[in-house]
Amino acid sequence: MSILVNKDTKVIVQGFTGKEGSFHAEQCMAYGTKIVGGVTPNKGGQEHLGQPVFNTVKEAVVGTGATVSMIFVPPAFVADAVMEAAAAGITLAVVITEGAPVRDMQAAKAFATKHGMMTIGPNCPGIITAEECKIGIMPGAIFKKGNVGLISKSGTLTYEGANQVCREGFGISTAVGIGGDPIIGLSYKQLLKMFQEDDDTHAIVMIGEIGGDLEIQAAAYIKENITKPVVAFIAGQTAPAGKRMGHAGAIISGSAGTAKEKMDALKAAGVTVVVSPAEIGKAVKAVLNK
Amino acid sequence: MNIHEYQAKQIFAKYGVPTPRGIIANTPSQAMTNAQELGGDVWVVKAQIHAGGRGLGGGVKLARSITEVKELASEILGMTLVTHQTGPEGKLVQKVYIEEGADIVDELYLGIVLDRAKEMPVIMASTEGGMDIETVAHNTPEKIIKIAVDPFIGFQGFHGRELVFGLGITDPKEQSKLIKLAKALYTLYMENDAEMIEINPLIKTGAGDFLALDGKMGFDDSALGRHPEVEDMRDISEEDADEREASQYGLSYIALDGEIGCMVNGAGLAMGTMDTINYMGGTPANFLDVGGSANAQTVAKGFEIILKNPNVKAIFVNIFGGIVRCDRIANGILEATKLVDVHVPVIVRLDGTNAIEAAEILKNANIPNVIAATDLGDGAAKAVRAAKGE
Repeated sequence: MSILVNKDTKVIVQGFTGKEGSFHAEQCMAYGTKIVGGVTPNKGGQEHLGQPVFNTVKEAVVGTGATVSMIFVPPAFVADAVMEAAAAGITLAVVITEGAPVRDMQAAKAFATKHGMMTIGPNCPGIITAEECKIGIMPGAIFKKGNVGLISKSGTLTYEGANQVCREGFGISTAVGIGGDPIIGLSYKQLLKMFQEDDDTHAIVMIGEIGGDLEIQAAAYIKENITKPVVAFIAGQTAPAGKRMGHAGAIISGSAGTAKEKMDALKAAGVTVVVSPAEIGKAVKAVLNK
Repeated sequence: MNIHEYQAKQIFAKYGVPTPRGIIANTPSQAMTNAQELGGDVWVVKAQIHAGGRGLGGGVKLARSITEVKELASEILGMTLVTHQTGPEGKLVQKVYIEEGADIVDELYLGIVLDRAKEMPVIMASTEGGMDIETVAHNTPEKIIKIAVDPFIGFQGFHGRELVFGLGITDPKEQSKLIKLAKALYTLYMENDAEMIEINPLIKTGAGDFLALDGKMGFDDSALGRHPEVEDMRDISEEDADEREASQYGLSYIALDGEIGCMVNGAGLAMGTMDTINYMGGTPANFLDVGGSANAQTVAKGFEIILKNPNVKAIFVNIFGGIVRCDRIANGILEATKLVDVHVPVIVRLDGTNAIEAAEILKNANIPNVIAATDLGDGAAKAVRAAKGE
């Protein structure tokens, strides 16, 4: 068991024949991911990396039975790609591209939700179910199979956290990089729920950052709903208070989004909060050996 | 990206959001000419910097004669204005906006920002205009009205009614003027990919008109490509020179006041590295994210920028290679030591993609100042000790 994706998940790639799309699709296939095709307009009918290329996502879904799409298109086309996936019946879109305009993602996310499609990202490393399925750009080799679920806003902290968990002799069930953009797809709350319900996940690592209030919402959710041990780190305790022009952002959430505020909320929810990412592995060991 | 008040007002005017008339000036004599051109008998001389709190800092002053306009302009131009948003170092004033005086009977607050939780823009308004709105939000949150607008339907009549009744505006003429203004503001927020708009204060005049007396606007950097006219408003003098230089090489750099220079890949790990240094009793000298395409040249540039800071006593290179390959970083470090005089100890932790090859490269090069670290904790501890001269 795992969450969202496994060895049987059929994946297509939007932006399949581009430089990034090609490189990472190949890496994913080498990891064992079932990449069953891809989409590049005007290249339909060709073959790429031994898989069929389609002009539209709709054709790709019909032709391959894929349920998940990995999106590598340039920033200006991300929203279009997400909406196309949703309209074609894809159930999960993993958006790796960095730099998609916020207004575009707002519309794309609303449309995806309406069509019942989940998204991960944008601007994220993707999702990996250890030793089964990698959909993204993370170095696959560090993710050993095990019972720790991982959710992180930051890409490199995902690797850092997973690496430490594995070096302590444990492993990862599924790791999800949710991205740190203003509008993101799946967030802590939904993923915490999935990990809680996954029998093979025994503990959860949650890595957050300063800004926004997703971690505060997650803390409230954990307090009420999560019985599995959670280890958390919030990056940015030493980040200087930014020079700002207006005040509106902080007012809207009713929180300043500081690391301390988030750490306090998580502690109050019973989470093991570490002050340095170097402590994640040890903390996981401590909660699992209890 | 942020813009100045006078630029925000140019955009406001284009969309029909009323503002007082004003003209920008770079010199005191230009300020005087502007005042003459505007006419009237009261003018406001306003420092143009990218920060709020200008009035309290002495950057906004009232003039009752043309000569006073000139005097005040020469006083404000060239001053370093310190406000609660500039940081203690303040900001140099290089432009003043000369604006006609306004007949103020009431001050409101009106702003638009993205509500991340609702995932749509929200209009914020308050009767407590002209005050620090954060204080209002903290002490009397009930005095702030928040109206979320779903972009799929846009600004509708009911949004407008919620706004005017919420603000206690009862005169039908005033109601329709304010609704029209708010709708225009919403349109310009969406069409320009703004991140934030704030008008504080939005004033009501004796004649019952609403005017944006101030204007702050920030834009989504990811969308600037489709707004060249906004990009043209960029004022590079408002940006830190080192940060700007770094960004030209794909590096994201922010100077801090500690002793340990940091070079890390990924913003999250970069902050986590700073946190770890702090936890181990050291102080970070900077935030530096080398990004996903680091090579020898960018690493060398990173060292150069870090070493410009005389407080740096050690450098901690912390890379977890995903897309970034560690062997490239290792070669970058070798290259950098040839290009730049690296006179402080460099602690290197390379993990992830091609880490073994990288360790080999560094070992064979045998550079005296370079100390290898096994993991994040080990690296941070070694950097802290090196900075203390141990």
